[in-house]
Amino acid sequence: MGTPTLANAPTLAQRARNIRRNALLMGEVQGQGYIAQALDIADVLAVAYFHAMRFRAEDPAWEGRDRFLLSNGHYAIALYAALIEAGIIPEAELETYGFDESRLPMSGMASYTPGMEMSGGSLGLGLGIAVGMALGLKRKRSASRIFTLFSDGELDEGSKWEAIMSAAHHQLDNLIAIIDVNNQQADGPSKQMLGFEPLVDKLEAFGWFVRRIDGNDLDAVVGAFDAAMAHPEPKPRMIVADTLMGKGVPFLEQREKNHFIRVEPHEWQLALSALNVGEQP
Amino acid sequence: MKSVGSTPSGKPRLTTSAMIASIAAEGQRTRPAPFGHALVELARSREDVLGMTADLGKYTDLHIFAQAFPDRYYQMGMAEQLLFGAASGLAAEGFMPFATTYAVFASRRAYDFIHQTIAEEDRNVKIACALPGLTSGYGPSHQAAEDLALFRAMPNMTVIDPCDAHEIEQIVPAIAAHRGPVYMRLLRGQVPLVLDGYNYRFELGKAALLRDGADILIISSGIMTMRALEAAQSLQDDRVNAAVLHVPTIKPLDTETILREAGKPGRLVVVAENHTVIGGLGEAVAALLMRAGVHPAFRQIGLPDEFLAAGALPTLHDRYGVSTAEVTRQIKEWLR
Repeated sequence: MGTPTLANAPTLAQRARNIRRNALLMGEVQGQGYIAQALDIADVLAVAYFHAMRFRAEDPAWEGRDRFLLSNGHYAIALYAALIEAGIIPEAELETYGFDESRLPMSGMASYTPGMEMSGGSLGLGLGIAVGMALGLKRKRSASRIFTLFSDGELDEGSKWEAIMSAAHHQLDNLIAIIDVNNQQADGPSKQMLGFEPLVDKLEAFGWFVRRIDGNDLDAVVGAFDAAMAHPEPKPRMIVADTLMGKGVPFLEQREKNHFIRVEPHEWQLALSALNVGEQP
Repeated sequence: MKSVGSTPSGKPRLTTSAMIASIAAEGQRTRPAPFGHALVELARSREDVLGMTADLGKYTDLHIFAQAFPDRYYQMGMAEQLLFGAASGLAAEGFMPFATTYAVFASRRAYDFIHQTIAEEDRNVKIACALPGLTSGYGPSHQAAEDLALFRAMPNMTVIDPCDAHEIEQIVPAIAAHRGPVYMRLLRGQVPLVLDGYNYRFELGKAALLRDGADILIISSGIMTMRALEAAQSLQDDRVNAAVLHVPTIKPLDTETILREAGKPGRLVVVAENHTVIGGLGEAVAALLMRAGVHPAFRQIGLPDEFLAAGALPTLHDRYGVSTAEVTRQIKEWLR
């Protein structure tokens, strides 16, 4: 279950650090990857999997689970890191990341990986599927919820706005979306590609319940998830999480070009050590 | 369409008469909204059947379903990317959505959404699309000349091009019994009734020899089977015996039947389709024959590789060679 009851259960901070560690280890296997995103979203994933969501590690397709839809498929490394921490994927598979015959391809696909609910890769797909799943859960009178993560860059895609209108129209209060606002996309800062602010005003005007937080402040993330889940109005819920690319590894936080990172072999150890120093609970 | 005045040549002047022009000829037997009624019939026995559309319920005959099962009907607004994404989500939760729009919008606008969210994940979504090929005089925005080529190329996708109302009524339960994504072309409104006269039954993945003949084999799908049957009738007056092989399932192709019929010696093989000659049934059959080492004389009837004109359907069908008169004329020329 998502909520540990044992007194010695890992804290959310430890979970987040482990997710970062898993992502760095997978990055080291390939020598490159969307590492900075995995580091920036680790706190949100820790709260999603170990505070908010209901799931069974031994039965990832359990009907009563909450669904997590990763819309930005290139964040797969981050979700694999969380699925390993959650025990849904064996830790040993970490070594296979991105290799032939692996269940952990570079871009997230439902047909490959237990715990993956959709195939991403091209952007702007997730929220539309989430609308359909949320409608389906309501038809089944299921108490399960849809969580979906997408990135600020995906707001450029018109399909996102179709789905944003639709979720409000259908009063999908079982849908909780998280936008990772790290202000970075392939060609540069997101806000310079296609301006999307003021985001909270827009989403509220579109009929959503919205919370904007520092996505790397664990207490704030927990508060936002709690508020989103407890909100009484029949509205879809959006958590706008401002995050820092490379969070937790100072020399990666400071890299200017960090959309797709190549790390020199000796740097991986440095990154892992930085993680341990910077994030002791 | 309607006629307004006459041209200097004395012919009546035909108008486009909006995009919903009927493909039925005057006096032809028809049945109203066969898809809508068949879906209602199916939904009575299957509770997982849902109807979804992107602001084209009335124009895809889905309004019949909406009236019968209002709580199983989803109006998604004029948003095709959302329509197919949401259909995927509903299928993931165990439902069987029938999603409708125009063929141009599914094939061109929402292709990636169908590719990634439905086909790649092998989701049980049935896509039914009106105005296939050249069945609208509204111009290229509404003429889906490329849809078969695009959906044939998509792995996991079953592709169907029905001929008439009789066939559509049988396709609906047949594709529901098949687990996986299906793209079907849809004829809506007053739909011609042709195949009931041929003791025909639709079977998924099967071609059907509707009539035999020693001189020519016409392999056809969709409304071109109706044209082929009419042409065969008229060729008979000139003592030309034409066989007509109807191939409603474009993918997977009934290779066995096609090879058997095309392999019979001495017949000209003509493939007729309501689709660009690029990438549809004609090229699928040609490739099949080449791979199998079967080499009959071979011709294609289909839409040219160009953006088609706006205008009245009869005018356009004549201009682009897919009217009964033009099919007959071309075949006679090839046989000379």
